[in-house]
This record gives sequence, C-alpha cells and structure tokens, in this order.
Amino acid sequence: MTMKLTHAVKRKLVQIVAFGLTNSHVSNFASGQIYTGPWKKFCNPGLNCYSCPAAGLACPIGAMQAVSGSTEFGFSFYVVGIVLALGVVLGRFICGFLCPFGLFQELIYKIPGPPKHLKLKKWMTYCKYGFLVIFVLILPLVLTNYMGMGKPAFCEYICPAGTLEGGIPLLLTNASLSSIIGSLFFMKLAILIAVIVACLFFYRFFCKTMCPLGAIYGLLNKISLYRMEVDKKTCVSCGKCATVCKMDVDPSKTPNSAECIRCGDCTKACPVGALHLGFARKNETGQEPEKA
Amino acid sequence: MDRIKPYIIPVVVLALAIGMIAWGVSRGEVNIVLAKAVNVCLECIGLGK
Repeated sequence: MTMKLTHAVKRKLVQIVAFGLTNSHVSNFASGQIYTGPWKKFCNPGLNCYSCPAAGLACPIGAMQAVSGSTEFGFSFYVVGIVLALGVVLGRFICGFLCPFGLFQELIYKIPGPPKHLKLKKWMTYCKYGFLVIFVLILPLVLTNYMGMGKPAFCEYICPAGTLEGGIPLLLTNASLSSIIGSLFFMKLAILIAVIVACLFFYRFFCKTMCPLGAIYGLLNKISLYRMEVDKKTCVSCGKCATVCKMDVDPSKTPNSAECIRCGDCTKACPVGALHLGFARKNETGQEPEKA
Repeated sequence: MDRIKPYIIPVVVLALAIGMIAWGVSRGEVNIVLAKAVNVCLECIGLGK
C-alpha cells in the first residue's frame, strides 16, 4: 500500500528539513554556546538569528546591518548581493518553504481556538517596507557609538526571531548572560509575545507586516525566475484561489504579488488548472505571461 | 524573442547580484560577517541595558 502525500504535507516536510539544516548544531543548546565555524561566512536564505545556539549560518538581515554599521563600510555589497541573487531566482518561495521563523508562525496559527477568518488591513502589509528602510538601512548608519560603529537597530529593538532563537535559549543555558539582562530584553520579549498572540489570529502576522527580508523578497517576486502564471483563457474566475490564499492575495489578478509566499495552495485549489508555479513559462500561445 | 523577454530582467539582476557578491568578498566584507556571526550578539538578542 502506498501513501500519497498531499501538497501541504510535502511543503511542511520541506520546511522541517530546512529548519533542521539551518539549525543543525542542536547540541549547543545544552552548553549555552553558539556555533563558531567557517560556515557562518554565508547567509541563510530565511530569517534565522545567528546568535541561536543551533544556527549554522549568518542571518542576512543581521549581517547586512553588521557590515553597514561597521567603521569600514557603509553598505554591504556581499550580503545584499546574496539576498538579491536568492530573491531574483526564488522570490518569496524562500518565505514559504525555507524560512524557520515562517514555519514557527504557521505552527502557532494551527493552535485551535482563536477565529482564523480575520484579515489585516492592506496598509499594514506596507509596514514591513518601513521596518526595512528605517531599522535595517538607515538607523545602522545614523545611530553610531563613540567609535563610529552603527547599531543593528532591527535586531536590537524589533526582531522577535532573535529573542526566541537566541535570547531565551542563551539566557536559560548560559548563567553569565543572566547578569546583563535589562529593560531592552523585556521590551523585546513583549514584542515576541505580541507577535505570537497576533499569529494565533493572523496567518504569518510577522511575515505580512514586519519582516524586512520578506519585504525584499516580495519586491523581487515581481521579477523572479520562479513565478506564477495565470492562463486567462482557462480561468473561469471562480475565486477559489483567492478564497484559499492565507496571504490574502488574489492570484488570478496578481499572480506575482509581493505578498505571495508561493505555498501553492491556490494552484491545487484551482478547478481548471489555470495557475502555474515554476521556472518554465508554460504560455504556449506566444503571448507574454500575466504581469503582477 | 517573446520567450526570452521575460528572462532578461531577472538574469541581468542575477548577474548584478553575483558582481556585488564578488565585490563584497574582494573588499573583505566576509570577515565582518563572520566576526559578527561567531560571537554572541548581545544587542541582537536583547541583552544589555
């Protein structure tokens, strides 16, 4: 007897494998140390704190701020180049399949009880661009110490992934760090709790409204090689794709929306197979694919 | 030509990104990334006053 895995289960398996590969140094949780090997030269595709004991790669958002806040450079060609390369190939597929914090939010959303039909206001999805510009690009250049080094403002004041993956595990296992706990930690803990509570009601609340990495990949969704196409001749405008979309996108109208995380739920829900996700253009009519 | 057109912009951006990575590596940005990532970033995890 063979068991056929559904698309949703396959995606969850990919997410779990990606989570495991990103955070493979699990034994560090016991010692309260972090991995210090050469792989940390490279950036993780998704959001994952490099101060997490298990993390094997650098966080792209943290690394971006570290370089731009350094005394030597004001901009990181290396990190931006990595994010740009990954984003222009895969777009927000990275959010949907490879991001550890995305998986965490999806699991929180699965907790039954709170109403799940609520939708965020459209303007709230634009906030992530504000976080990107203000906290990741501007403040690390402006908020400098006496040595001229900039603050990693998003990591320091906002990032709930850092608190969850780095702050809490290290505080629990590394006694020397407990002595330097201050008001900043409690402020960040409050942000983490607020995000978790919001994720009970709204699917991937952080991705939709706060994630600067999602903002970059979202903009690249519009030109990425991995993209969605709508066959307008086949589409019957039944609206099923928009109904199943938990990112509040209408794929038949905006197949390459900045909000689409390429989960593929819409392509499976389409009764006539009018939606196609992939690298290859399937349009055989010689017409250009639908633009977002 | 119509089949190639949609690939032009992403391929150009990809080439630009690869160039940026190479430029960043050549001027030593990797060392800063590594130095930051192998030390516990106290401010990143919210420790400190």
